[in-house]
Amino acid sequence: MSDTERKLLSGDEAVALAAMHAGVALGTGYPGTPSTEILESFSKLGGRAQWAPNEKVALEVALGVAFAGARAMATMKHVGLNVAADPLFTAAYTGVTGGLIVVSADDPGMASSQNEQDNRHYAVAAGVPMLEPADSQEAYDFTLRAVEISEQWRIPVLLRLTTRVCHSRTIVTPRTDSLPAPTPSFARDVRNRVMIPAYARPAGRRLRQKLSELQAWNETCPLNRIVAGKGSLGIITSGIAYMHVREAAPETRVLKLGFTYPLPLEKIRAFAAGVDRCLVIEEGDPYLAEAIRAAGIKVENASEMYRFGELSVGRVRRILEGDTSPEPAPVPGKPPLLCPGCSHRNVFEALHNLDCIVAGDIGCYTLGVLPPFEAIDSCVCMGASIGVGLGLRHVLPPEQARRVVSVIGDSTFVHSGITGLVEMVYNPPPTGHVVLILDNSTTAMTGHQEHPGTGRTLEHEPTGKLSFEELARSLGLKNVFISDPSADPGKFAQLVQACLANQQLNLIIARRPCLLIAGAIKEYERAANQTCTAAVDGVE
Amino acid sequence: MNSGVINIVIAGLGGQGVLKATSIVADVAFRSGLDVKQSELHGMSQRGGSVSSDVRFGREVFSPMVPAGAADYLVVVAPDQIEVNRRQLRDGGTLIAPEAVDPAKLTNKKSFNVALLGVLSRHLDFTEATWLEAIGAAFPEKLRAANLQAFALGRKAG
Repeated sequence: MSDTERKLLSGDEAVALAAMHAGVALGTGYPGTPSTEILESFSKLGGRAQWAPNEKVALEVALGVAFAGARAMATMKHVGLNVAADPLFTAAYTGVTGGLIVVSADDPGMASSQNEQDNRHYAVAAGVPMLEPADSQEAYDFTLRAVEISEQWRIPVLLRLTTRVCHSRTIVTPRTDSLPAPTPSFARDVRNRVMIPAYARPAGRRLRQKLSELQAWNETCPLNRIVAGKGSLGIITSGIAYMHVREAAPETRVLKLGFTYPLPLEKIRAFAAGVDRCLVIEEGDPYLAEAIRAAGIKVENASEMYRFGELSVGRVRRILEGDTSPEPAPVPGKPPLLCPGCSHRNVFEALHNLDCIVAGDIGCYTLGVLPPFEAIDSCVCMGASIGVGLGLRHVLPPEQARRVVSVIGDSTFVHSGITGLVEMVYNPPPTGHVVLILDNSTTAMTGHQEHPGTGRTLEHEPTGKLSFEELARSLGLKNVFISDPSADPGKFAQLVQACLANQQLNLIIARRPCLLIAGAIKEYERAANQTCTAAVDGVE
Repeated sequence: MNSGVINIVIAGLGGQGVLKATSIVADVAFRSGLDVKQSELHGMSQRGGSVSSDVRFGREVFSPMVPAGAADYLVVVAPDQIEVNRRQLRDGGTLIAPEAVDPAKLTNKKSFNVALLGVLSRHLDFTEATWLEAIGAAFPEKLRAANLQAFALGRKAG
């Protein structure tokens, strides 16, 4: 199959293919639904793809690549951009040399997330241009355009996807002309890249100048288009909502926005002036509606009830009819459960029986909140288990404080738990504390990705390995225990009980590979040993 | 209703191959030169919870999601998921329930999803050769024969 033949691709796969065609030198990110498959596909296509410990590091690595004059892509789910927000805001100031695409995959409806934040606000807050594709063809096209825009204005570009764009498979016809990749080379540019206040002040002004030029350019940009129609109504929309609108109102005039920050306000003004009634239909927050109204353009938008959850053809029909009656509740399906035989089951059984107060974290093990365990009391964000557990310990009456445990997965610990452990050593609660790392040797929730604690790269090749126990001991923690909760559940429960009673700082590493991946891990290790033996043979 | 667009919902539990079956239908439509969109939610599905997946094809498809109550066909792999998904089916739509195929006759029980596609294939206007190509492309060599057997079994039952 030639590379420009029509293909059936998910939005994630389409972004990966475009990144290949755009000569992206390095793709990096942290796994997170619905973004994970972008880097996995990029790697399969032959791209250089890496998992970073977290999104902040990923974006910083990508920025370095872009400073070196090569093209880079950093991928993450919506909440990952919170972690990467620090480099994002100042990367907007420094600008880039090679193209830099920041992919944010939002999750309206929270299919697999802890909140429903709308990351379009980040484009405005940081001051970076934003593109919003509506299907896989646009995901492909817009990724290429993002690289072009990024290099033309020397600015990072936010490619904002949503679950239904990432995970729907639709037809893509790739472009015939790929972008020739630049040759990386270091060119010193202190005033643009060293953000001391004296250089950052003019950089902030340059950023606003770029955005003003981008806004003017966007007025005639082909990424925004008008679909002709009949009647007195005009609809302004973006992203996946466009598809629902076209189906629900096939005869209606539509302004479909693809380049959604900085907005083409004059184009919008002209469109609104050409219809009797102009309605904004968008998924998530009323981002477009508020920005358009702030520009003095009269538009209506959907009732507040449609801000929550995904849109659909049916919901768009309701919006068009002005229907604000309660929506039928979906028939409840079977909830997901911890797999039979999963070692997390033994952990939560013990915590339940010991009546622990459990500060939880993000991963499969969050399912420990459901019956029969009901053994999680909080789940906020990556790494929060440790900080929240410590906070509870600091102020609860001692008889309650002594029951507090922080539970965190291995990948989550690497992502955001290490600093929590440092905090525990630095500001220990009077009753001590117990941190449990549920080490199943993989990032299970998102589909078994590697992380620095597994000692294997994204492509499952051996690399440097972070040892949790050595790290903990290096911080001065004396009580570091390693236990397989499934091998002897009773012994594991006794260990937790003893740690709760000793009033000291404790780290328990509950270590057993995820059942679903144990076989694959053995295979990776066997392959690694073979390579190793071959290398030794080669030396001899 | 979109004129000429066929809407199919496939439903079951995590691990039953719902997404795989949907991909095969999408691939058949794709190989037949139609516009096609497939949509599902990943994430929690691996942990045994309810999973459903949509595929739509025709001359031009807009939304990737089958609108509520608009499915022409509802294929259900797990008996307890019929009621959860029944509302997806339009009036006069066709339910393909798990009892359509006897699992005891399968070479590999895991191919039950593909057996139900055999039943579905009787209702759709695609050539058998296209189905066989798509199934062949969907599985590695060692699983191919069992899935082709399952498809043939379902096609006969349908």
